[in-house]
Amino acid sequence: MLKTLLAPFRNTSGLARWILVAGLVITAVFLVFAIFAPWIAPFGFNQVSANGHAFPKMAPPSSEHWLGTNDQFYDILSRVIWGARTEVIVVALSVALAVIIGVPLGLISGFVGGWTDRTLVLLMDALYAFPSLLLAIVFAFLLQGPLGGGILAAALALTAIYIPQYFRVVRSTTVSAREATYVEAARAIGARNGTIMGRYLFGNVIQSVPVIGTLNAADAISTLAALGFLGLGIQPTQAAEWGYDLSRALDDAAAGIWWTALWPGLAIVLLVTGLTLVGEGLNETVNPTLRKRRLRDFVMPTREPSTTLARGEVEV
Amino acid sequence: MSAGSGSLPRYIGQRVLLVIPMILILVTVVFLLLRVAPGDPVTAAVGGKLDPQAIALRRHQLGLDQPLYVQYFEYLKNVVTFNFGHTISDNRPIIDVIRDNGGATLTLTLGAFIFALAIGIPLGLIAGRMRDTAPDVVIRIFGVVTYAAPIFWTGLLLVILVAPTGWPTYDIASPETKFLVHPITHVLLLDCILQGNIPATLDVLQHHLLPCLTLGLLLCGVFIRLVRVNLLQSLQGDYVEAARARGIPEKFVIRRHAFRNALVPVITIIGLQVALTMAGAVLTEKTFNWPGIGNQLVKYLDARDYNAVQGLVTFFAVVVIIVSVLVDIVNAMIDPRVRY
Repeated sequence: MLKTLLAPFRNTSGLARWILVAGLVITAVFLVFAIFAPWIAPFGFNQVSANGHAFPKMAPPSSEHWLGTNDQFYDILSRVIWGARTEVIVVALSVALAVIIGVPLGLISGFVGGWTDRTLVLLMDALYAFPSLLLAIVFAFLLQGPLGGGILAAALALTAIYIPQYFRVVRSTTVSAREATYVEAARAIGARNGTIMGRYLFGNVIQSVPVIGTLNAADAISTLAALGFLGLGIQPTQAAEWGYDLSRALDDAAAGIWWTALWPGLAIVLLVTGLTLVGEGLNETVNPTLRKRRLRDFVMPTREPSTTLARGEVEV
Repeated sequence: MSAGSGSLPRYIGQRVLLVIPMILILVTVVFLLLRVAPGDPVTAAVGGKLDPQAIALRRHQLGLDQPLYVQYFEYLKNVVTFNFGHTISDNRPIIDVIRDNGGATLTLTLGAFIFALAIGIPLGLIAGRMRDTAPDVVIRIFGVVTYAAPIFWTGLLLVILVAPTGWPTYDIASPETKFLVHPITHVLLLDCILQGNIPATLDVLQHHLLPCLTLGLLLCGVFIRLVRVNLLQSLQGDYVEAARARGIPEKFVIRRHAFRNALVPVITIIGLQVALTMAGAVLTEKTFNWPGIGNQLVKYLDARDYNAVQGLVTFFAVVVIIVSVLVDIVNAMIDPRVRY
């Protein structure tokens, strides 16, 4: 298990490894923020007073409020840290749901073929062709009514835009794997369709999912922030959300109030960059065509016949 | 390649024919999402303001009391004639909303592309030319960060930086300009020029700078990456090697042979960026209070106006498809390899 987890490190070197490490460190910091938010953040995300006196409105950074306060009297440092928790929950939920729905659909569609396949491909292609933010806007708009502006509504809106990506990748790998010898062999020994899909194909088509997952997570952060900025994300009373905070900063930016805008945005940039770097790093280790080959000197054993006595190079 | 399959008219024909099912599917998806969803659009938009009879009347006027398939065919008929119906919240024809605000979105996105190309192409060329040196690394980081930064945050920071100088930071023109220039084409910049009003033209151009730059910065990262990689590839091409072998000075090899070929795929990428640009435009317009279609969409989202959202989203989707196809066609004219 540990060996599989460490494989990306062993397979990389030089810049690729640095990219992966940098990405992992940034992501880890935000994960720590997310998990330990109640202990790290000085105040609650919607707390407007402490020890009996109210927070000032739009106060510049001070010893009491390190990053200042915003127009709703909230402490910005606390909002940024609690925001990490919101982002992580929403993104994890949406990517997990997209995988849970998209992967089986792709598998079934690619394996069964026929009308099921054609209908699903048509639907997924239509969703895929749609500008993703607009699709998220439509879903968020619809879900806000019945579900309220909570974490679940935001996560489901994001899920909808990522399902087609998993579907497409898994379906195309399934279509090419369907005719492979090992599937034919499984069929010959009488395996049923369910078994073939579950036991034989699943493990082979799932390979590229972690890479797409990380890159989707980066994209999901931006999209969630965009929804929040447009007022379609999470309501401020339910959780802290960076995009919403930036939309509040809009009115005061021209008046020179920079601290309400700078920090939530910086958090988004860092987390998105971190996740993108992890995704790129993973991609280089998973995808052998992108990997630079490392060659190591190798001396053939000497007691063999003289023809094989060559100093060769072997890929490691 | 079989004879005839590479002809340009045939390629254009195929692309145009493919547009029809794509638009049909998109329109259907939007319709299904917004009409099959639970809840009554009229109550959502104007509930609490009107009594039940008035709501029933509005539902009847909008055809919402018809069976779903009747509504669907009515809607399809309307889309074909570019008639997207009326908004529920303020009862305006949606085509008017598009006409009055489309010009601002058009000039914003065109300006953004000018900035994106003007920033992205030179930086990409420099990065590719100076591979793995300090400028290359700096330019690549710049590209990653501008792409990762939410567009509204870039915009906010620019506003904070620029506002103290007194440069306009929101809207498309000053109130005086809006008052003096009467609409001819509904594209404000064009109207100013057509009416020969030089101060107004300058005013509108000034207002364009920040929003266009903001949206352009988002797009330029893609161009930097693309041009850099293409330059690296074309520098390894046989024709570059051949040019060098003929004794052409390195300066000319790069300028005449490598650069030009590195720029060909830029047009393809412009086509792929249209969706991103539209999404970016919605966010930019809200950031700068820009009177475009995106800002109208935000307004109607707030009003929970299903009809307006449906119409505007359909319009955006149709524009994305049509522009992508147009870019494909231009691309096929320039590069015969595309037509296969």
